[in-house]
Amino acid sequence: MKKTVITVLGKDKVGIIAGVCTYLAEHNVNILDLAQTIVDGMFNMTMIVDIATSEDSFLDLSEGLAKMGEEKLGVQIKMQQEDIFEAMHRI
Amino acid sequence: MVNLYEVHETNSMIEKQNLDVRTITLGISLLDCAAEDIQKFNQNIYEKITRTAKDLVRTGEIIQKEFGIPIVNKRISITPAAIAAGSAAKSVEDMVSVAVTLDKAAAETGVNFLGGYSAIVSKGMTTADEMLIRSIPQAMSETNNVCSSVNVGSTKTGLNMDAVRLLGQVVLETAEATKDADSIGCAKLVVFCNAPDDNPFMAGAFHGVSEADEIINVGVSGPGVVKSVLEDIRGADFETLCETVKKTAFKITRVGQLVAKEASKMLGIPFGIVDLSLAPTPAIGDSVADILCEMGLEMAGAPGTTAALALLNDQVKKGGVMASSYVGGLSGAFIPVSEDAGMIEAVQKGALTLEKLEAMTCVCSVGLDMIAIPGDVKATTISGIIADEAAIGMINQKTTAVRIIPVYGKKEGEMVEFGGLLGSAPIMPVNRFDCSAFINRTGRIPAPIHSFKN
Repeated sequence: MKKTVITVLGKDKVGIIAGVCTYLAEHNVNILDLAQTIVDGMFNMTMIVDIATSEDSFLDLSEGLAKMGEEKLGVQIKMQQEDIFEAMHRI
Repeated sequence: MVNLYEVHETNSMIEKQNLDVRTITLGISLLDCAAEDIQKFNQNIYEKITRTAKDLVRTGEIIQKEFGIPIVNKRISITPAAIAAGSAAKSVEDMVSVAVTLDKAAAETGVNFLGGYSAIVSKGMTTADEMLIRSIPQAMSETNNVCSSVNVGSTKTGLNMDAVRLLGQVVLETAEATKDADSIGCAKLVVFCNAPDDNPFMAGAFHGVSEADEIINVGVSGPGVVKSVLEDIRGADFETLCETVKKTAFKITRVGQLVAKEASKMLGIPFGIVDLSLAPTPAIGDSVADILCEMGLEMAGAPGTTAALALLNDQVKKGGVMASSYVGGLSGAFIPVSEDAGMIEAVQKGALTLEKLEAMTCVCSVGLDMIAIPGDVKATTISGIIADEAAIGMINQKTTAVRIIPVYGKKEGEMVEFGGLLGSAPIMPVNRFDCSAFINRTGRIPAPIHSFKN
């Protein structure tokens, strides 16, 4: 199973987690791990998800999430395949 | 499963420290395009390049989105044109038509540079080699995205001084032919000694005759990442300094390896090598000179610079070699002046001279790179600079190169703007004492002895 990492960054406000999670649920994406902090009013969340169950492609989900984040939540959402982190940090 | 700290570290490298993959370069052999007729040859190479590279740019863009890492350049390298066009080109004009065709193929595929308008003349020049070299000024002025290189020597063959002498004139003529754009033609022309066959970086990339039909080579970058990790260990001993650079180089190179393998898989073209070079850009925080300063030098060029650079270059290789299954190309730290904000500042403040840069090239790749000099310098002086640099490469069994720009109509101390990744440069002073009686001798400098190393 290829995992995907989602990072969310932006000014904190009500409903960011709800917004992101709702989008993922609507597109049948399963969340495996999630961590979130707020430092000086900046919201920072990292999620590890599985998109294998979704009917949408990686690129469609990635663009959809980024657009939704920018328009509805005012945050930056980035989606990356886990491989880049595995490559850099695992031998 | 990756942990969230690792995600944060990687993304900080990308977002804050300018980590990127500098280039995916697709090497294409044009040997099977040979024809006796120049029009037929041009048609063959246009078709082969546009067919082979049709998905290159799109593939680069998809990988960029999937991994979230910028892939700055998508490029093509080809068999040295003087070899491929050897039977077709009958005149300098024919050679120029090849360059123009390559430029059209580059535009059609959407790549930003195509390298390999080249000749390998380390021992002697064929008729086609000489025609290509003489066509360079016109070819560089009539094309936008074609890069040219000439290999004038090697450790095994010695230096072809006839080619060195000719290239002094060609560099000056190229500067004049592109005088309306600050002699930018010279920024696309490199003179090598010991040029590698698999270099993905411009302007010196070409697809050597030792290579297969097609190959994917990748160049990584990341001076900003190295600078940033060194900020965290200020004042530490040399062991810590070296280990830190080595570990960082490992991480950077792993990304290059991943991207190279992915591009190879998506395009169905074999993976060749990862080039470990630390390649700066004019962007603030993406400078090799800044790494040297972070190590403890006031400015690049200060005493200690050569030692610091040697350390950096060696540790980058030690970390990088373990991170990639195949390492090749130039694989060292680049020290271009115009493309590195820290180098530009060092020149402006008088800390860095041409002579110190020459010393630095003894311990790193690749050579005197992107150096602007006054436009009224004599051709023999440029040949002398090329000969000195090539001699360093020949004797020390390493690649060296000269990419020097005698900016037409400009004088020492003035600035020249090339724009984009090529940056801007202060015009540097050149030693004006004459070397013409040396350069005007004909023939070759013999290959050096390979024993008694001192």
